[in-house]
Amino acid sequence: MKYIDEYRDEALTRNLLDEIRRTVTRHWTMMEVCGGQTHSILRSGLDQLLPPEIELVHGPGCPVCVTPLELIDKAIALASRPDVIFVSYGDMLRVPGSERDLFNVRAAGGNVRVVYSPLDSLKIARENPDKTVVFFGIGFETTAPANAMAVVQAKAQGISNFAMLVSHVTVPPAICALMESPDVRVDAFLAAGHVCTVMGYWEYEPLAKKYNVPVVVMAFEPVDIARAILMCVRQLEEGRAEVENAYARSVRREGNVAAQRVINEVFEPCDRPWRGIGVIPQSGYKFREAYAAFDAELRFPEVQTIATKESTLCMSGLVLQGLKKPNQCPAFGKECTPQTPLGATMVSSEGACAAYYRYGRYAELQTSNSQPQTLRSRETAAG
Amino acid sequence: MPLQFSSWTCPLPLKHYPTVVMGHGSGGKMMADLIQHLFAPLFNNELLGQLGDATVLDFPANGPGPARLAFTTDSFVVSPLIFPGGDIGELAVNGTVNDLAMSGARPLFLSAGFILEEGLPMETLGRIATSVAAACREAGVQLVAGDTKVVNKGHGDGLYINTSGLGVIPSGLDIAPNRARPGDAVLVSGTLGDHGMAIMSVREGLEFETVIESDTAPLNGLVEAMLAATRGGEHTGSPIHCLRDATRGGLATVLNELATASGVGIEFDERRVPVNTAVHAACEMLGFDPYYVANEGKLVAIVPAADADAVLAAMRAHPFGQQAARIGTVVAEHPRLVVARTAIGGSRVVDLPAGELLPRIC
Repeated sequence: MKYIDEYRDEALTRNLLDEIRRTVTRHWTMMEVCGGQTHSILRSGLDQLLPPEIELVHGPGCPVCVTPLELIDKAIALASRPDVIFVSYGDMLRVPGSERDLFNVRAAGGNVRVVYSPLDSLKIARENPDKTVVFFGIGFETTAPANAMAVVQAKAQGISNFAMLVSHVTVPPAICALMESPDVRVDAFLAAGHVCTVMGYWEYEPLAKKYNVPVVVMAFEPVDIARAILMCVRQLEEGRAEVENAYARSVRREGNVAAQRVINEVFEPCDRPWRGIGVIPQSGYKFREAYAAFDAELRFPEVQTIATKESTLCMSGLVLQGLKKPNQCPAFGKECTPQTPLGATMVSSEGACAAYYRYGRYAELQTSNSQPQTLRSRETAAG
Repeated sequence: MPLQFSSWTCPLPLKHYPTVVMGHGSGGKMMADLIQHLFAPLFNNELLGQLGDATVLDFPANGPGPARLAFTTDSFVVSPLIFPGGDIGELAVNGTVNDLAMSGARPLFLSAGFILEEGLPMETLGRIATSVAAACREAGVQLVAGDTKVVNKGHGDGLYINTSGLGVIPSGLDIAPNRARPGDAVLVSGTLGDHGMAIMSVREGLEFETVIESDTAPLNGLVEAMLAATRGGEHTGSPIHCLRDATRGGLATVLNELATASGVGIEFDERRVPVNTAVHAACEMLGFDPYYVANEGKLVAIVPAADADAVLAAMRAHPFGQQAARIGTVVAEHPRLVVARTAIGGSRVVDLPAGELLPRIC
């Protein structure tokens, strides 16, 4: 497959890893922001092939993981209404709310549907004029343009039985919050490639300067990841703190201006709570006045008073900030598994805990080719 | 409007019913007409012609001692009913034939229970029934018992089919999930992920430029070729240790089930797993892992290392095994875990899927 296979080349990856090994002289901690990148690293086993001086910590770049619990509960409340068709991306259906998840709501007769594109929800709205279609608008800047476009089209086509429950978050304020935190120790950032495809990377230049951290825009395949890590290591070893683009085939400094225009048409920045982290100022999007009619929380004001209770065992907040690894959580693999998740990081296809569980980063085991690998022991996991 | 159906002997009594109605399931004349004019002509054999409450069967001689029978049942609820590469009728036959073949049995007899939803177009039913008949012929099995029920509109996805199957196992065969041993070779019979992605493409209205087709196929002929290729007579034990068709849950589920049942570890090399380019691309776009996508015409075989080359050659010589490959080995390490060597030389655990496969978000 073009644009995929070349970037999975074993020899190229090995060469880059060798170069990293030759260049590094001391311990460095790097954070990859995007959950998709976390999964890619663990799925390919790249984390095991890096020299021990490089420590990768995983950032809060999983929109499902950082969606606040009360928003999940609001979604469940809306989906349970007989006059609502609740439409969402698939992953959100599995995230546990305070009492249950959207799959349970569907099983109990709630009208919950999975779509691939927010524009599909407009089609459902046209076909069901007697119901209100509520779309769960989650995501980073990557999904914001399509979500905004759905609203623009709804307004243009006069579709009034459509609303959106918005939970958008943005990356740069999260990086600021992490760097301001006294506990977090990140030497460099591997920026989210698809977020930057939309937004560009000019926003990271003042951050790199202010916090003296290299930022390298990273893609998703093993060759891309190894290359971005090498570029970070070179900056760190040379004492530089600049923004570099290692995903030039998709990302430009200014980003996709047309996409940004659509986002700005519909949304404006606001403060937003991140699950497990807390409120990060100006880190979310909310509807502008002109589009407030499409805000599900205004259309259904009763959801504004929903109370939530988080699991006390779940430490996903610490995982999302890179302060703990998933396999350091006492509940990992025991009370908390993909079948019985305590938090969103175990549910989401981009969550760090799910990645660790799925690809077996649990305990040291020997494989038959005599290379010590980090694998999960099922006996230990069973308790 | 006259029904167009070439293999129906006399569609006359049905011509007033372009769709299935409740009466077709109520045991009276309408149902008799449906059976006589739609089903019976397609499955024309003496056994079905007994038309008793149960069909009496004679089993072929299997050597001294009582026959060892394999018996299985499966229900088919796929939606859409018709998809690129096949339909629910073909699936219903091949699925049960394959379950029998995976225990080394020669499939002989099938039953089919049809649950029809009121309003199902008669033409669709005719087409599905014709597919069932054609699939039986291809697999070399006879449909000898059947049932028809009709449910109210809204109570069934158009059509559900249950098939049960009987087969005879030759003596000396012991193919079972707990027979994998360290050192055994792990083989697959061809490309993975075709069926699941074919269904996904139709169900979600995703139009890929290359049409992905289901791989539904009867694998009993392939299994016979594989058994014939092994040293057979020189063994006291069975030449093939395990066979499993990689249906729901895909390759990963099968490997995990076999590893767990046998108490062994399995290691495979990702680079050796055959996947069609179009399926690979569709999986990439949607964020699916082809190891978890369903197949309907592929098997996993675990055979002693010494037999691996001969079995593989026999598979590749068969129409349903042309892209067969050896993908890995059974090991004593990490029992009950399946581990893959990744494309870049790392390793990852390949676990059971958590639940439904859900597409990526961004």
